[in-house]
Amino acid sequence: MKTLYLLVPLAPLAGAILAGFFARLLGRAGAHTITSVGVAISFVLSVIIFQDVQAGHVFNGAVYTWMESGGLKLEVGFLIDQLTVLMMLVVTFVSLMVHIYTIGYMAHDEDNWPAGSKAGTHSYQRFFSYISLFTFSMLMLVMSNNFVQLFFGWEAVGLVSYLLIGFWSVRETAIYANLKAFLVNRVGDFGFLLGIGLVAAYAGSLDYATVFAKGKELATMTEAVTGWPLVTAICICLFIGAMGKSAQFPLHVWLPDSMEGPTPISALIHAATMVTAGIFMVSRMSPLFELSDTALSFVIVIGAITTLSMALIAIVQTDVKRVVAYSTLSQLGYMTMALGASAYSVAIFHLMTHAFFKAVLFLGAGSVIIAMHHEQDMRKMGGLRKYMPITYATMLIGAIANAGLPPFAGFFSKDSIIEAVHFAQVPGAGFAYFCALAAVFVGGLYSFRLIFFTFHGEERFRHAHEDHGHGHEAHHDDHNDHGHHGSVEPHESPKVVTLPLILLAIPAIASGWLIGTILYGNWFGNAITIAEVHKGMATMAHEFHGVFGMMAHGVTTLPFWLAISGAATAWYLYIARPDLPAVIKQKLAFPAMILEEKYGFDRFNDWFFAGGARLLGRGLWKGGDEMLIDGVMVNGSAGAVGWFSGLVGMIQSGRIYRYALAMIFGVVAFLSLWRV
Amino acid sequence: MISLSHYLILAAILFVISVIGIFLNRKNLIVLLMAIELMLLAVNINFVAFSHYLNDLSGQIFVFFILVVAAAESGIGLAILVVLFRNLSSIDVEDLDSLKG
Repeated sequence: MKTLYLLVPLAPLAGAILAGFFARLLGRAGAHTITSVGVAISFVLSVIIFQDVQAGHVFNGAVYTWMESGGLKLEVGFLIDQLTVLMMLVVTFVSLMVHIYTIGYMAHDEDNWPAGSKAGTHSYQRFFSYISLFTFSMLMLVMSNNFVQLFFGWEAVGLVSYLLIGFWSVRETAIYANLKAFLVNRVGDFGFLLGIGLVAAYAGSLDYATVFAKGKELATMTEAVTGWPLVTAICICLFIGAMGKSAQFPLHVWLPDSMEGPTPISALIHAATMVTAGIFMVSRMSPLFELSDTALSFVIVIGAITTLSMALIAIVQTDVKRVVAYSTLSQLGYMTMALGASAYSVAIFHLMTHAFFKAVLFLGAGSVIIAMHHEQDMRKMGGLRKYMPITYATMLIGAIANAGLPPFAGFFSKDSIIEAVHFAQVPGAGFAYFCALAAVFVGGLYSFRLIFFTFHGEERFRHAHEDHGHGHEAHHDDHNDHGHHGSVEPHESPKVVTLPLILLAIPAIASGWLIGTILYGNWFGNAITIAEVHKGMATMAHEFHGVFGMMAHGVTTLPFWLAISGAATAWYLYIARPDLPAVIKQKLAFPAMILEEKYGFDRFNDWFFAGGARLLGRGLWKGGDEMLIDGVMVNGSAGAVGWFSGLVGMIQSGRIYRYALAMIFGVVAFLSLWRV
Repeated sequence: MISLSHYLILAAILFVISVIGIFLNRKNLIVLLMAIELMLLAVNINFVAFSHYLNDLSGQIFVFFILVVAAAESGIGLAILVVLFRNLSSIDVEDLDSLKG
């Protein structure tokens, strides 16, 4: 089995290396075949390992000792349990779908580059190499059995995310976005690293099992310098890492901008897998988080704020990808809330269902973008459903699942989260419950707004071209012309694009039905620990009466009707009375502005952090470098030497009689000094 | 009776005159050379005086050495002077400041 474990991450790595370094040799077909096969191998192996784990074979061990330093042993090791294997399945499946989809999406990528651009040659192969590298990194992250390897995977996915957001490196906005993502993630990673450092310092080990075994012991300690309770400090530090990676408020700012990257990676990295790494990590650390109610309270409040505030922004966005991006943020907030409510299995369950339906939504959005000749503005779409039936159907499934209506996957996971938050006892749970409910309504609204805006109503793309002239050039995503704007009918995307959509839509409907097995059948075993005092999950398990019972009960509860009313509102505003949104926007100009400005975070960050950093830099440059180092130290010491030597030079006048005089004075001085 | 101290005083006077001659002289290089000669002669007087009063001949032998050295020195000095004059058309001390740092 150990070989199989090793093969799972190494197959995509091999694909990435081959496609990346032998791009010219392999050609486009070779590159996409070899990477897809690599990921397919991973997927198949994951299924095999899944069955093995189902049979009760949990593995925890090292495969390679990296180094030993003092008492600290750094190993490459695998912890294969239910949690890991579920993540492996999700990652490899979505990645495989995205690989296939990319063949269609990036088919005309050379048009996105200026002629003769060096980065543009073999960009197709490079893209496949990156997404395979991402799959490798993500698998290393989830399969790790120690903090160091976790951190390696954590940083590696961050790196690939950076590379892919800025994939079209000739675009100013892409470079800005990937730098932003990188910097914001740095903030989170700093916290994460501090957390790992605290673990290493106090537990004396970086191995999960060893650290978790010491949990009770750690819970009694305090941090030596600050006197904070140790476990709380560790958990909050680790969670700050999760906030960066999983884009939680206030470190969420990078995710909407990451939409500058090609759509397949938005689906794979910024919706389905990488951004859920934080959720996975906290679930993995459940034995630690369970020891600190303070940390859980912090988690639930952050999750609640993220959920509601980001869902609200999604309502006013007009870029189809950004709507989905903000909805991702909101859904990540749900997962975080579930973590804070000690419902780790529910968070992972939602992670899984979300991975499917959000991948559908993103890939569907990508399909629409292809059909619209790389127009992303929803105001220039509309009425697309009869041109792209498959995309419409799959995106509708994704949207309903996102809104949380039965029997689609999102209903089960989202409803369970709301339930879990309802039962949570940690401070802030009441606030979180309110946010969760409010976000259900908003979620229904923005999901259906997306569908109605894009696929129903007037066919606005017909006159979009004349109306907006060339102003829309700036809004463009990738620019690979199939023809000229406006003149060609939108058409369904090729099979290579629709097949992954269909394959992902199936679990987007059905994966929720596994709720009984995953949540209440003690399926996770020892992979997730829940403290005795946190009774939420136990209560929920007690009240759970099968999938149909849950659906039947679901339609009588508040979240269902909130989602329905959200959808109805969307229908009324965008189908029945399409003139209303403008009126509402006019009446509520101030709130609308706040939402359109995204609460001013970007502005604030640009002004305070970026501006502050520039100011600090300028201060250091002018004051520190130019004045102190250049002025005082370099030029200053040279000047002092010059001044002193000028002074000494005056003594050496060249006049013989002065020399003679000096000599005589010298003789006199010596004689009087050494007189005996 | 002329005592040792008379000789020493004479030598000291000569020496001081020559020292003053060196650094008060702003005009002529020849005066400078002469002042140096005078300094050596002042020392010679001291040597001879001590040699006589201590009944030791080595002092007077020293004088011969000094005279020889002084003669050689002034010979070289005058030679340099001639070359200098050929090059600079001047033996004015004020003009000779090429030793400046």
